[in-house]
Amino acid sequence: MTPSSNRPTYYEELRQKGYSRRDFMKFCTTIAAYMGLQASGAAQVAEALKSNSRVPVIWMHFQECTCCSESFIRSSHPIVADVILDKISLDYTETLMAASGHQAEAAMHKTMEEFPGEYVLCVEGSVPVYEDGVYCCIGGRSAADILQETAAGAKAIIAWGSCACNGCVQAAKPNPTGATPIHKLVKGKPIIKVPGCPPIGEVMAGVLVHLVTFGRVPELDRIGRPKAFYSKRVHDTCYRRPFYDAGLFVESFDDENAQKGYCLYKVGCRGPMTYNACGVTKWNNGTSFPIQSGHGCIGCSEENFWDNGPFYRRITNFPGFGIESNADKIGGVVAGVTAAGIAAHAIGTNLRKKKLIDDLIAEGKESDKELS
Amino acid sequence: MATQNLRRVFVWQLPIRFYHWVNALCIVALCVTGYIIARPPAFQQGTEASFAYWFGINRFLHFAFSYIFLFNFLFRLYWGFVGNRYANWKNFIPTNRKFFHEMWEVIKIDILLQKDKEHLAVGHNALAGFIYFFVFLAFAVQCLTGFGLYAAMSDWWLPNLFAWVPGLFGGDFDLRQIHHATMWFFIVFSIIHVYLVFYHDYVEGRGETSSIIGGWKFIEEDVFIKELEEEKKEEEEFKRKVIEGQKA
Ligand code: HEM
Ligand code: HEM
Ligand code: SF4
Ligand code: SF4
Repeated sequence: MTPSSNRPTYYEELRQKGYSRRDFMKFCTTIAAYMGLQASGAAQVAEALKSNSRVPVIWMHFQECTCCSESFIRSSHPIVADVILDKISLDYTETLMAASGHQAEAAMHKTMEEFPGEYVLCVEGSVPVYEDGVYCCIGGRSAADILQETAAGAKAIIAWGSCACNGCVQAAKPNPTGATPIHKLVKGKPIIKVPGCPPIGEVMAGVLVHLVTFGRVPELDRIGRPKAFYSKRVHDTCYRRPFYDAGLFVESFDDENAQKGYCLYKVGCRGPMTYNACGVTKWNNGTSFPIQSGHGCIGCSEENFWDNGPFYRRITNFPGFGIESNADKIGGVVAGVTAAGIAAHAIGTNLRKKKLIDDLIAEGKESDKELS
Repeated sequence: MATQNLRRVFVWQLPIRFYHWVNALCIVALCVTGYIIARPPAFQQGTEASFAYWFGINRFLHFAFSYIFLFNFLFRLYWGFVGNRYANWKNFIPTNRKFFHEMWEVIKIDILLQKDKEHLAVGHNALAGFIYFFVFLAFAVQCLTGFGLYAAMSDWWLPNLFAWVPGLFGGDFDLRQIHHATMWFFIVFSIIHVYLVFYHDYVEGRGETSSIIGGWKFIEEDVFIKELEEEKKEEEEFKRKVIEGQKA
């Protein structure tokens, strides 16, 4: 992309905002590191932000709690929020835009008309599909409708957070509103899934910056998540991992082992099943992450984490057998019934097949007699 | 009472017997190590982490037995095509009315214990064969879910052939649940299986238990001759059909 006359580049906008070149370079280095680029990556990012004019972004809020937006604007570098969000790129977002009501709708339509096939559609929240989508309406129209309209002209779609990626808690059984993730509703567009409740701010920034600097979708895994952030399990980068391998576990939250910082596996940590960057990038400007503060991972970036309770138990409930039933309890009962059945069968055999057995014994004894 | 003449029939070839015991060992080891992965006992508490690695070793054993289990299973599938008639895949999948008829016989005589009757099969009886079909399916499920989970922990291409499995289920959560529940299928199967082997030995007296060690069973002369005649009839029927087919 070359700078177009009517739209300033990212760098130009930054300078206007009062950031120095030094701030800018610092930002490029930080974000390149988060994106997992090699050292030369920072220069690439800088180059792209200097020459590219801003990519228009429409950011929709459907069935959600806005924690993704909150996480994003708190990502460690202020430029992230300033440059990518705030005044520069966001043509429409209910939470942060100054306009409201019809003005806002107009701004959105303007972007859609001016930049067909160019704008990036960010979706925060799932879309309820039951009863024609009445459970989430904006400006009198259902989220389902708005999604189709805005998705049609989008260059790419970013599904922010677990809501947009897999439905999150509002999709928990029995999913009364029919909360549906974006990839099930929109076909034929590149969709980047950035799951988490919320996703880490730096991860969100990294995905957006990748999109605007390289002009293409980052490399995705089979589920559609950017590999740079979601290819490892929390467990693989967890600093408590040595305790796990040594078999040293917290048995309950108030025991000595918890004080010593042992592994939280037995009190329900979902780190071994959860693909996310928490162990590396951490939260709140790299301050900490749940496990570091003594609480197991609940698997917030995984599909169905909400229906796989209880959170504080290793062995989760087995679906379809009521609460407080797990695979081991059911298995134990089945094995017990089997053993009882076998005992009954063994007794039955001795009664019902008595003749057969007696014959065999008699036959054997006869042969024995012949020998003596 | 008259003694019977017994014919020695070689039913389980060495590769089948070898497969059987490797498989049995793997399943026992995988159930034990797997259960420990699911519910680690509070063990060696108080030692320094740098001096202990027992949980890591347990997992290592689980994965090592997993590889043996997989290749052993694949070998069995192969042997279903090249082995003898008792090892052939047709023993496990009902393809004709005779198969269903025999299953019903076994259910009546051996499960519901029809009085003083016996059902005498040379290789697997039909019901056992059909149940083994589901056991093989469970082997496949366990390999798919197990290696699906393992793919993320390995750089080798083989486990990574299974990397698509978690995507099918949206992630590892359900995979672990299925993997765990299938363990109970094996436990219950093994209990019933070993009991039934003993049962057959006890009411038939033909060396059922040792057949999986030495390879042979002892078949009553009259049962043997009946089996032979049936074979002949089937073969003639087959020939007749082929000839008819050629004429038409
Ligand atoms: C003391 C332990 C065991 C004994 C004495 C034993 C004995 C036997 C015998 C006699 C057969 C062939 C008879 C038939 O057709 O049913 C057999 C087959 C089989 N057993 Fe076992 N078994 C034992 C343990 C196990 C265990 C733990 C497993 C694992 C789940 C197992 C899995 C199988 C399978 C899959 C077959 C079918 C063999 C084939 O591929 O054709 N067995 N066993
Ligand atoms: C008879 C066969 C097997 C049995 C009974 C078995 C049993 C189990 C059990 C009970 C668990 C704990 C699950 C949980 O509660 O989270 C487990 C974990 C696991 N199993 Fe198996 N398993 C078998 C075969 C395999 C195979 C063939 C593989 C292939 C590599 C495999 C790989 C794994 C992995 C990767 C885990 C998770 C370990 C971790 O995250 O630390 N298993 N297994
Ligand atoms: S605390 Fe959780 S993520 Fe960390 S090593 Fe233990 S199980 Fe794995
Ligand atoms: S540690 Fe687990 S539950 Fe916590 S934020 Fe990270 S992925 Fe979500």
